[in-house]
Amino acid sequence: MSFVHLDRVTKCFGELEVLRHVSLDVDEHNVVCLIGASGSGKSTLLRCINLLEKVDEGTIVVDGQEITNGHVDVNALRRKIGIVFQAYNLFPHMTVLENVTLGPKKVRQLNARQSRDTARELLERIGLAEKADEFPDRLSGGQQQRVAIARALAMEPKLMLLDEITSALDPQLVSDVLDLVRELASTGMTMILATHEMSFAREVADKVCFLDAGVICEEGSPEQIFSDPTEPRTREFLGRVIAAGRL
Amino acid sequence: MHQVINTFFSPHDFRVAFPNVWAGFQVNLKLMVVAEVLVLILALALAVIRGLPGRGARPLRALAIVYTDFFRGTPLILVAFVIGFGLPALNVHGISSRSNFTYGVIALTLVYTAYVTEVYRAGIESVHPSQRMAARSLGLSYWQAMRYVVIPQAVRRVIPPLLNDFIGLQKDTALVSVIGVAEAALQSQAYSQTYANFTSYTVAAVLFVLLTIPLARFTDHLILARELRERATAT
Repeated sequence: MSFVHLDRVTKCFGELEVLRHVSLDVDEHNVVCLIGASGSGKSTLLRCINLLEKVDEGTIVVDGQEITNGHVDVNALRRKIGIVFQAYNLFPHMTVLENVTLGPKKVRQLNARQSRDTARELLERIGLAEKADEFPDRLSGGQQQRVAIARALAMEPKLMLLDEITSALDPQLVSDVLDLVRELASTGMTMILATHEMSFAREVADKVCFLDAGVICEEGSPEQIFSDPTEPRTREFLGRVIAAGRL
Repeated sequence: MHQVINTFFSPHDFRVAFPNVWAGFQVNLKLMVVAEVLVLILALALAVIRGLPGRGARPLRALAIVYTDFFRGTPLILVAFVIGFGLPALNVHGISSRSNFTYGVIALTLVYTAYVTEVYRAGIESVHPSQRMAARSLGLSYWQAMRYVVIPQAVRRVIPPLLNDFIGLQKDTALVSVIGVAEAALQSQAYSQTYANFTSYTVAAVLFVLLTIPLARFTDHLILARELRERATAT
């Protein structure tokens, strides 16, 4: 059975249907990329999976557990799902190290030493060990985003949700972050990415889903979606992306 | 001119009045410190209650709103009268035989908690919702997110306005003289009534101003430092 299973999920903000009967399966150790225009529902879909948004209809099963029946321990669920946001959302009053150790200390109940060791290892891995005692505002956007990824990884999640994590970055800072995601994919981390980086999606994804107006319009292998899309709307979207020089 | 100097600024009376007014001023300082500590704690609790989510917390939120509306709207001098004269008249064991100092602290705390609650609340609301979201997404509970992420940022942001209210509280400690707390204003009045000279008030005023100036400059300094920092990160 797939690790994440969405069955006809619908989410409304007032009158607006942001997601409409969305069904999606993500297998363990797979990388699924969500592409589509802004406002197509990519971020909302990710937020539904860790219950930052409540779905109105349909069911979501994560790791064999239905999370949409209202009986789930939300904090326990979020412990195994890491999420990284477009705007990094680091805690500005904490140092880099404190950002990364907060979750392990307070949620995983590690002691100060264990959480510090884990955090230092992660900072080493993302190449920012020497920034451990800096505050986030002293770091570049790319560095902050890598710290945000480390903060999520420190919880040892089984699933990572990446919500347009390079969209706020200067172009020359994007590659460091993507390298890290690539490395994560190679370790077998199950990931769902909402992204505008088409060539990256093509490279790392096991499956690509094109969302349009809250509906998964087309899904398939990266080769199929990018080289031979069947849906007219997918073609139109990719055509515009190519025209903009982004693929 | 000579008359004015003799009545308000007489060096002789300044020296004679000083010891009593200074003794009274120390009572002001105590009132201020005790009330301020209580205010900082109670107001934070109230501000958090006002921000509680969900329908279940509605009555609590409503109570907090009624409290702040009431005590922000009521003049401190009225609250002082009610507490200082009303509570003793109740003849209830435990609350009716307290010192005037205690009643003064209670009155100051009741009123200033209402102001400071609003300051804290503004601070809590100024923390971007994405911060709370980031904290919750790590698996932190509502209270953990408040405790470790939202409140520390909120408090840092409201330190300058808190210090402003602190200055207000300092001065208003003189108002509880109306219920017979032997603080600087009351001591000055006693002197002026005995010697028909108002220099004692000048003594008290000087002491209050001397206490206020460093706090005011410190507040300015904090505001400036923050502006510089924000400008540095914006570039």
